[in-house]
Amino acid sequence: MAKISLENIKHSYLKRPRAPEDWALKKLDLEWTDGGAYALLGPSGCGKTTLLNIISGLVRPTEGRVLFDGIDLTERPTDRRHIAQVFQFPVVYDTMTVWENLAFPLRNRGLPAAEIEGKVQAIAQMLDLTEMLQRRAAGLTADGKQKISLGRGLVRSDVNVIMFDEPLTVIDPHLKWQLRSKLKELHQRTRRTMIYVTHDQTEALTFAETVVVMHEGTVVQVGSPVELFERPRHTFVGHFIGSPGMNVLPCEVSNGAVLFAGQRVDVENPPTAPLNGRHTEIGVRPEFVGLDQQGIPVKIIKVSDAGRYRIVEARCGESHLKLLLEEGAALPGSSAGVRFDRSHTRLYADSQLLE
Amino acid sequence: MTLELRNVVKSVGAETHIHATNLRLARQGFNMLLGTTLAGKTTLMQLMAGLEQPSRGEVWFDGKNVTGVPVQKRNVSMVYQQFINYPNLSVFENIASPLRVARLSQAEIKARVHRIAELVRIAPMLARRPSELSGGQQQRTALARALVKDADLVLLDEPLANLDFKLREELRDELPKLFANRHSVVVFATTDPMDALLLGGHTVTLRQGRVTQFGPTAQVYHRPADLLTAQVFSNPPINTARVSKRGGHMVLSNTVQWLAQGAVRELPDGTYVVGIRPHHISPVANGPAATHVDGKVQITELSGSESTIHFEHGSLHWVSQSHGIHAVEVGTTIKLYIDVERCMYFDAEGKLVA
Repeated sequence: MAKISLENIKHSYLKRPRAPEDWALKKLDLEWTDGGAYALLGPSGCGKTTLLNIISGLVRPTEGRVLFDGIDLTERPTDRRHIAQVFQFPVVYDTMTVWENLAFPLRNRGLPAAEIEGKVQAIAQMLDLTEMLQRRAAGLTADGKQKISLGRGLVRSDVNVIMFDEPLTVIDPHLKWQLRSKLKELHQRTRRTMIYVTHDQTEALTFAETVVVMHEGTVVQVGSPVELFERPRHTFVGHFIGSPGMNVLPCEVSNGAVLFAGQRVDVENPPTAPLNGRHTEIGVRPEFVGLDQQGIPVKIIKVSDAGRYRIVEARCGESHLKLLLEEGAALPGSSAGVRFDRSHTRLYADSQLLE
Repeated sequence: MTLELRNVVKSVGAETHIHATNLRLARQGFNMLLGTTLAGKTTLMQLMAGLEQPSRGEVWFDGKNVTGVPVQKRNVSMVYQQFINYPNLSVFENIASPLRVARLSQAEIKARVHRIAELVRIAPMLARRPSELSGGQQQRTALARALVKDADLVLLDEPLANLDFKLREELRDELPKLFANRHSVVVFATTDPMDALLLGGHTVTLRQGRVTQFGPTAQVYHRPADLLTAQVFSNPPINTARVSKRGGHMVLSNTVQWLAQGAVRELPDGTYVVGIRPHHISPVANGPAATHVDGKVQITELSGSESTIHFEHGSLHWVSQSHGIHAVEVGTTIKLYIDVERCMYFDAEGKLVA
């Protein structure tokens, strides 16, 4: 197990990068502490897989260093970094049994038979694979095979970090749920360092203790799922996390007062200095927008029934916003008033949280 | 316009892939086909399109028998899960292709392509090739091609499944607007109950080649005809358990029982299966007399605004989903409160009785 540090990492897939968009990863510094459960979350093309590959050694960064416990491993190849990886597609030895698959890395390291048996049984039990140990791996479903991929990393005690690259991609949607919970449970039981790359916020937020949100090659925010949800420091984070995402509404700031649609809005972070020339917006999640007859007038465009809540889409001038209603709550007519919960309404300047 | 399946059966050798199906789909709104993988959604869509012929039964469209009419003669558009575009044609040509086949004039083609491209928001990409586009843009191109044709029947087979989570949400928001003024019957297959709920319209729930229910989406969700339908339309899975009705009480176990009220009270005494949606079980009581169950916490998942708690109660493995952050330690036993008024009850055959 190790503490992993990324220092001044920058990466381009081009031989002679010129413009900012030529860089897949713009300058970043990150630290991963021992035993943590991390997620790298961001849309396609944000650089998360590139980052994962730099940590594993599959890609050598254009600039910067990769350190494991303070030792510079930037030049060291993947097989000497003591990592385990689970990819989108299960990697199993089809002709071997499940048992043999799990034992494989231990046999390679010359462990005694009794020890191998003990470790394989323990891991199989954690993964609910005990019944299948004697079966040929080829006969398992996708989620069974992914568990084997994962198990091969867990049986080894010399693994610094286990990395997952969109591991639920080929899993039957009805079973993703189970495997996701299983991964979380495994982290809680083994306390191995795990880094999970995904574009799916549900996967990231339910698995990780710390989420690294990426966008266009930069790290936009690092925090716990709660922090990212409650206090997004960038409008992108607010938009990307949460389903539906945060409302981002253009506003004016005049003499310290924040105005939306000509009405004064109370925010959690009122400005303390002039904001000349900066593009100002308020961010408030649909969960924290309520109906209030005396509030800001809006036109109701649509009400969707999402089962456990209802999503109301409203329009105010040129701006569109969403709010959530509980199951069974009274529905608005075609017009209504809305109110923003002050403690969850924040001012953003040039997309950054004003702090 | 209506699409009708009359006693349609599809068998391959000794296996029945689609059991006798009777459906009538109208052109208003989305007709969602909801079911797990391998439930038969794609086969059913292929039968609707004329890509496959039924082993028995008939397909009727707009009052005409179209059974046996091949898809090329049917005026159908399809959008697939894997964004399928012609790789060697520009986005413009991709969208224009069905119009070229129909031999429209260049001026007409140009006008229609531009209008659709604006609608799906890929107008700036018209000169590019699909390989130069992001996943979302490729799927929009495929959608544009399906829309430009103005087909009578538009079939979308899990079109959002390969898109990023956020993109899926955005496109799902846009789809109703794209199809708003169309005269087509639109069928949308998905495994995700949320797609069905948010796109609304009507829903067909499919399980192992059988239609378990068809109706307005909200109705199928709130009043499933049977347990199978309730299960298909639930993510996370619906919690179930055997209960006994004894006089005025529903008894789950020695420690858990509640008053039978309203329609439930009228049920004959006996054994039933209770179905409780995860969001009707919460670590927070919904009243002073709330029924609770003691659960040993196995996993807690916190995702921003929601807490999902997996717990054990005797031999039951249940899931609770609630608003807010409830960070409970694994291994502890806590009280979880059931909203008994929202419980559903199913009889021995799995049919909804209350």
